Amino acid sequence: MEELTWTGSMGAILVPLITLTAAVFLTGVVVQLVMGAFAPEVKLQSNPDGTLQGRGGLLGRLENYTGWLFMLLVALIVAFIVIAWFMPYGDAGILGEVSKRFLPTWIALIITFVLSITFKRRLGLYGKLFDSTIGMIGFGLVMFWVFTSIFVGLFDMIGTHDPLQQISGLKNKTPGVVVPEGQDEGFFPHYLLGGDNLARDIFTRMVHGSVIVMVIAPLATIFAFMVGITLGLPAGYYGGRLDTVLSFLANLILAFPVILLFYLLVTPEIVATGLPNFLAAFLFVFPLVFFGVLINSRYKNQAGKNGLLLALVLAPLAVLYFSTISDAGSPLYIWPEALDLFDIPGGILVVFVSVVFVNSPTVFRIVRGLALDIKTRDYVAAAQTRGEGPWYIMLWEILPNARGPLIVDFCLRIGYTTILLGTLGFFGLGLPPESPDWGSTINEGRKLLLIFAHPALPPAIALLSLVLGLNLLADGLREESLKD
Amino acid sequence: MGLFILRRLGVMILTALCLTFIVFWLTNLYPNLEKLAKTQGNFRMSDEQVQTYLGNRGYTQSLPVKYGQWLGVLPGYVIEGTDGETRARCEANGAPTEDTATFCGILQGEWGQSTVFKDDVSEIVSTRLGLTGKLMFWVMMVMVPGALIIGVLAGMREGSRTDRSLSTVSIVSTATPEYVSGVILIAVFATPLFGMQYFKGTATSAMDDATFNNFFLPVITIALYGMGYIARMTRASMTEVMTAQYIRTARLKGVSFPNIVIKHALRNALIAPFTVIMLQFPWLLNGVVIVETLFNYKGFGWTLVQAASNNDIELLLGVSVVSVFVVLVTQLISDIGYVFLNPRIRIS
Repeated sequence: MEELTWTGSMGAILVPLITLTAAVFLTGVVVQLVMGAFAPEVKLQSNPDGTLQGRGGLLGRLENYTGWLFMLLVALIVAFIVIAWFMPYGDAGILGEVSKRFLPTWIALIITFVLSITFKRRLGLYGKLFDSTIGMIGFGLVMFWVFTSIFVGLFDMIGTHDPLQQISGLKNKTPGVVVPEGQDEGFFPHYLLGGDNLARDIFTRMVHGSVIVMVIAPLATIFAFMVGITLGLPAGYYGGRLDTVLSFLANLILAFPVILLFYLLVTPEIVATGLPNFLAAFLFVFPLVFFGVLINSRYKNQAGKNGLLLALVLAPLAVLYFSTISDAGSPLYIWPEALDLFDIPGGILVVFVSVVFVNSPTVFRIVRGLALDIKTRDYVAAAQTRGEGPWYIMLWEILPNARGPLIVDFCLRIGYTTILLGTLGFFGLGLPPESPDWGSTINEGRKLLLIFAHPALPPAIALLSLVLGLNLLADGLREESLKD
Repeated sequence: MGLFILRRLGVMILTALCLTFIVFWLTNLYPNLEKLAKTQGNFRMSDEQVQTYLGNRGYTQSLPVKYGQWLGVLPGYVIEGTDGETRARCEANGAPTEDTATFCGILQGEWGQSTVFKDDVSEIVSTRLGLTGKLMFWVMMVMVPGALIIGVLAGMREGSRTDRSLSTVSIVSTATPEYVSGVILIAVFATPLFGMQYFKGTATSAMDDATFNNFFLPVITIALYGMGYIARMTRASMTEVMTAQYIRTARLKGVSFPNIVIKHALRNALIAPFTVIMLQFPWLLNGVVIVETLFNYKGFGWTLVQAASNNDIELLLGVSVVSVFVVLVTQLISDIGYVFLNPRIRIS
């Protein structure tokens, strides 16, 4: 076995082509920016042949050309990815092999996009997303990591080695290094992106890291939203003293430097006191309260249906709640072992709680602002005149009408939570040091960054692409929802 | 206006008290104190020895008393220890003398002693703040003009190609946290990996002598993350101003486009970014902690990490007082500044 080169045999043609196209495209964009600053206002002109023209002249042509160049660039990169699938092992180079490993993800992505674009007119806001390029790119990036984490986490597909397996002799080796014979049972002949400081496969660790991020970030954001909504709606709707107190508390948490808060909450000494468990017990109650009030406020006049629905929703939630917060090692050991469905490893619970804790005040402020705005609308006054209860108005009149900004913020906030998780990992807080999540691996890699730069780069780029995807997705959603 | 400022100041002081009390409480939880005793004394202390060690140094007093002493509203302890030595808080745990002060807390200007650096907290905080101030100054010099130019250019003509490209650039920059951009920038520009080794990957030497070579990467790393956000806010405010009635009037009068932008729109468009820039300070603090750790620049953020990871109680409190102060003062400035800049808002 030879070491892999970056691009393999197809690199000889495609790489210079892609570089050239990219260079011309970037120059075009810069020239266009400079010219655009001095260009006159765009006016629609009618041509003699009866057609309409947006912008003519040199700038207009340049805009067209850069558009085409961008398409060409995308086509070349897609060709690079697709051709690699059909090449025998070793010919496609490192990038080609990486692309091959991601094959399940690619297939899932293609299916999603084909289906969504075909039926986009019937899919509401989600379908409208496919009208905006930015939104589609963002959605693609996000779904790439979603599918990757599903295939890695549930089917153990994409990774090439075990994320914790160390193979001697591969410490800090550069990408494409050959795995020595007889070292690895499920034999994969190369470390695609090289070995890290402890001779583990960087590529495998990167894809396994996506699972941790994809589990914690959206869940933590959902919890933060539950807390923020349950507290923010009454604060905005009732106002007065309740609002003053809650806003003061929210501002208190927001005035804390986030990193100081993490250091104070996540150190092993504090974890030993059980403080995070108590905090978890407090924060995780909010979903129960939220759903309880949501159902009760709507069906309280239909006693039978109300009781049934409440029991159906709250009983499983309560079991989940107690299974989550009760832990044999912690001071909050209140739930019988027989009913304890699962144990969350201590580190993950602490990280989860602190991320929810940091995020919820911001959500609170957003929801409170929206509630303040919407409660002056006529339909709220109509509901009040009908004699609806305050919680019905908050949860069934105000909340659905605040969904647009909340959905956009939800996307942004998942990205922000991912950044926070990375920050925690970067300072070595919370998750165990061998955990493959992106923050911890960046932290591992940065210690030797000036000597071996390659271990820190893949997780950094992975995190960047996910957060960027979420931001672009939010931007696309905002743009499309404003068009309504 | 005066009443408004007074009320804000009152809330500020209440917030600062609450926050320092929370930090005080968390750092004084028993496991933390035990760790402190073991690192300061020796690691093989038995539980009783830890108890007496902490008792002799005043750590086992009740929490409100300790907080009052730290604040300077209660007299500092004088404890006759079980080992025969008498320790006074106001003599840095030395024997009390004739002119030992009764009160020695923050209010008297005594910030206490750092247990890690073996130095006065006020001394450490002020030198470290000076270093971070230098970093922040250059970050501001890069970030603010850059962000404003991008924002104004993008917001000038909403929906144009320029707008779309610059908006994408600012989205990318807000999506890149400091520890990602820092790692990428170091890998590209400070290691031989890509053959572009133009800058230094550490900023330790920049503490005494900052040059373009060793200071550019940390500055640009912090600036990039904040730049996108400010640019987007500037863009939003610029697009709003450009649709205003008086801009249309100016255009109908035949004023040229550059003139409209510079003379009519810019002044009003820059009110909102002012608030945003002020409110960015707390976020910059975050970035400073990450970047100073990454580039080994021993400033304020680096001190925070050292204090927090070693549970250096008084240094950590000093650091949090300063950072909370920065956050609250910038909030106040942004509120007052907004009222001054925007004649449409009056606070009665």
